[in-house]
Amino acid sequence: MDKALFLLFATIAIVGAANLLRQRHPIYSALSLVAVMGALAALYLLLGAEFIAAVQVIVYAGAIMVLFIFTLMLLNVEEEAATGRSRMARYLGLPLLFLLLLQMVAMLRQEYPVTMVAQVGSHAADNVKQVGNLLFNQYVLPFEVTSVLILVAIMGAVVLARRKS
Amino acid sequence: MVPISWYLVLSAILFVMGAAGFVFKRNIITVFMSIELMLNAVNLSFVAFSYLLRSVHAQVFVFFVMVVAAAEAAVGLAIIIRVYRNRQSLNVDDIDLMKF
Amino acid sequence: MEATPNLWIIPLLPLAGAAINGFFGPREHKSSGQLPVASGQHGHTAGHGHEGSHDLPARGFVHSVAIGSVALAFLYAVYLFFTVTFEHPIVERVGTWIIAGKFDAGFSFYLDPLSMIMTLVVSGVGMLIHIYSAGYMAHEGGYYRYFCYLNLFTFFMLTLVLAGNYLLLFVGWEGVGLCSYLLIGFWFKKKSASDAGKKAFLVNRIGDFGFILALILMFGVAGSLDFEKVFAAVGRLGVEPVAGVLTAICLLLLVGATGKSAQIPLYVWLPDAMEGPTPVSALIHAATMVTAGVYMTARSALLFERAPVALSTVAVVGCLTALFAASIGLVQNDIKRVLAYSTVSQLGYMFLGCGVAAFSAGIFHLMTHAFFKALLFLGSGSVIHAMAGQQDMRHMGGLKSKISITYWTFFIGCLAIAGVPPFAGFFSKDEILWKAYSGGHTTLWGLGMLTAAMTAFYMFRLFFMTFHGEHRSEEASDAHESPPSMTGVLVTLAVLSIIGGLVGIPHAWGGENRIEKFLEPAFGVHETGLTPVALTEHVADVGTERLFSLWAVLAGIAGITLAWFLYVARPRLTEELAQSFSRIHKTLLNKYYVDEIYQTLIVNPLVSVSRSLLWQVVDVGVIDGAANGLAGSARGFGGWARRLQSGHIRSYATWVLLGAVFVLFFMGVLWAK
Repeated sequence: MDKALFLLFATIAIVGAANLLRQRHPIYSALSLVAVMGALAALYLLLGAEFIAAVQVIVYAGAIMVLFIFTLMLLNVEEEAATGRSRMARYLGLPLLFLLLLQMVAMLRQEYPVTMVAQVGSHAADNVKQVGNLLFNQYVLPFEVTSVLILVAIMGAVVLARRKS
Repeated sequence: MVPISWYLVLSAILFVMGAAGFVFKRNIITVFMSIELMLNAVNLSFVAFSYLLRSVHAQVFVFFVMVVAAAEAAVGLAIIIRVYRNRQSLNVDDIDLMKF
Repeated sequence: MEATPNLWIIPLLPLAGAAINGFFGPREHKSSGQLPVASGQHGHTAGHGHEGSHDLPARGFVHSVAIGSVALAFLYAVYLFFTVTFEHPIVERVGTWIIAGKFDAGFSFYLDPLSMIMTLVVSGVGMLIHIYSAGYMAHEGGYYRYFCYLNLFTFFMLTLVLAGNYLLLFVGWEGVGLCSYLLIGFWFKKKSASDAGKKAFLVNRIGDFGFILALILMFGVAGSLDFEKVFAAVGRLGVEPVAGVLTAICLLLLVGATGKSAQIPLYVWLPDAMEGPTPVSALIHAATMVTAGVYMTARSALLFERAPVALSTVAVVGCLTALFAASIGLVQNDIKRVLAYSTVSQLGYMFLGCGVAAFSAGIFHLMTHAFFKALLFLGSGSVIHAMAGQQDMRHMGGLKSKISITYWTFFIGCLAIAGVPPFAGFFSKDEILWKAYSGGHTTLWGLGMLTAAMTAFYMFRLFFMTFHGEHRSEEASDAHESPPSMTGVLVTLAVLSIIGGLVGIPHAWGGENRIEKFLEPAFGVHETGLTPVALTEHVADVGTERLFSLWAVLAGIAGITLAWFLYVARPRLTEELAQSFSRIHKTLLNKYYVDEIYQTLIVNPLVSVSRSLLWQVVDVGVIDGAANGLAGSARGFGGWARRLQSGHIRSYATWVLLGAVFVLFFMGVLWAK
């Protein structure tokens, strides 16, 4: 049962990522990415990270991707043209990516053998409370700093994108 | 009963696909999206470790990653808009003035 | 050690004078043209008066500072002479200069009888010549520069004679070489003068190279360059029968001495050095700088005594030089040239004296030579001044009545150098010849006697040609006497030439030979208990000694008589003789063509090698090539490397991927272990 759910959502994530790569129009890529994020949120739930799953849907899929889509529509993008100016990317890109994947998988398999398992439901029930506890006690300073960070980001974005008037 | 390593391998696969997008796609915004994909892949591996190590701290870390990603996305897109206005093109290969 | 007498004051006084004149002189003295003021080739004018009269007070400042500083140094030296006991040498270390590993050289000064005599001679004769210069250079441009250099020279020379280690001695050695260059080329806009200065410096340099090698070997033997340590170390060694490190050191020191003291083969700069002002020739090239080599040889007596091969070489070189230079002086026509070759010849005598282990005799001759040679040079300066710059003796004549003070003092000088008793030169030269003979060096003695006769001849030839006979030119008829600043000095030196020899009357004539006794601690037993190794047993035979002295006097008188005969009684005879022996005459007149030989054999090949090989190949090709090549390869590499920055983000991303792959690879390898 767990496996089936996992495989389902994993497949959605991978297909979505592949579509992101394949599509030539950016708006389709953006929508695929939304799908990926939804799948990931489900995977978080399977791992018992309820709070994070919720935040993923609300913030990532609901705000950031919306921001992307707004920008795409604002700029009225078209299908991307095929300019092949980078020789490095053309010749070395694929082999390197393949190698990277191989290395990572090899190392992960070596360190974390198949015997360690994750069981749905075998997690603590008060995940949100625990996260909140940490956020407001131990990590309260970074928490407050991030609010300043977001303020700065807002101001920066406004200043940068402003039309000269 | 899903082996943890499967989650991690999935994270690696998503990460490499994000890197592929970064290397091969030509629209800036698509490149940006690939970066977000990479960040998500990393978040997934953090959550997997949070389960493995029975520690909620990792999830707090994921929280902060998301916050920073949001700020970054906002500012990055603003910059892209600026670049578009100056160069009239969203093609990565056209933005190559910082060269020798 | 008793209270130090602050020896460092003595050299420092003239240095202060040089600094004051050097820094404040130009402000005081606006009109410092550098061309010789006189018409003709040699720079002194007969006209007194308007030139420079508006800055006479400035000149007064300059020469007062200069003369005053040297006079103070002299007075202090005299004070030391009368108050210090000379049994043990006084060593005074003022500061540390170099400490590198085991090598320790400090600013140390050394007072023993030898350096005392040298200091007195240098500062005393120097002071007199400074006074003379005030009169001689009164109408020249560059007044302050002249006195600045003269004081600087005195500083270096005093450093040389008072130094307590060979390195400080070498500093003085180099310094006097530098000042010699500056002063010879004083009228530097005149090409022959600047060339002569360069020649002096370069030839000296060759000698200095030998000196430096000697210093290195000396350090190897003794572990230090301080006099006491070197003498102690050498004293423990025995006599070297054939050759060894001591012989090498001494021969190299001799090379240095031949450069500085104008012996064969490095004497060629001295005649050319007459381009400088006459007081310079008197001070540097007669009384002091050229005697530095003799001083150094005498100072190193302990070393030379243990290297008989080197010692003999010194004697032979000295004797041959004396003869050689005297032969050239027989036919020269320029009054200063004759005196220059005479100096070379007399220096040969001093080296001969040192070479037969009669070091005190050599130093004695150094002292008397300083008196009468300075007198002769300054007298010739007076003559040239009277003759409005003319130096060729063939245009002189009959000056006896016109410049009588100069005439009489010059006469005394000639008698002194010819070895006529009781004037100074007789006792010192006689001492050397006697010690040569009694030490068994009969050939050297014979050649020395011949040279003595030749000396008397050419000096009186000069005397008669200049002062007797008819006026052979207009300037001769218009000659007038020099100012008191000049004649006063001439008189002083004449007095010294008369009485200077009396300190060295040998026992054979009833005297006590005070100077030899005075110098004994320097060459005799030191406080370390070292005895000089007596190589040549001097036969002490009073009767023979007196006889040989008489022969020396007779040789001198013979020379004088011949000169009188040829140049006063029968002047035409000289031309006929010159015709019949024309080839010999020409060779002598052209100084055996030595300069030309050096030019062809040494100078020209060196110049062409330097130009074609060292400059083109080594400097331009190798050194510049390496430097440019490095720059070129850096540029090439940079040119290739900058293409990395293509501006394409995708290329950058691929590079990052490459790096990531590598890092993971290494991490994997490390984990696998």
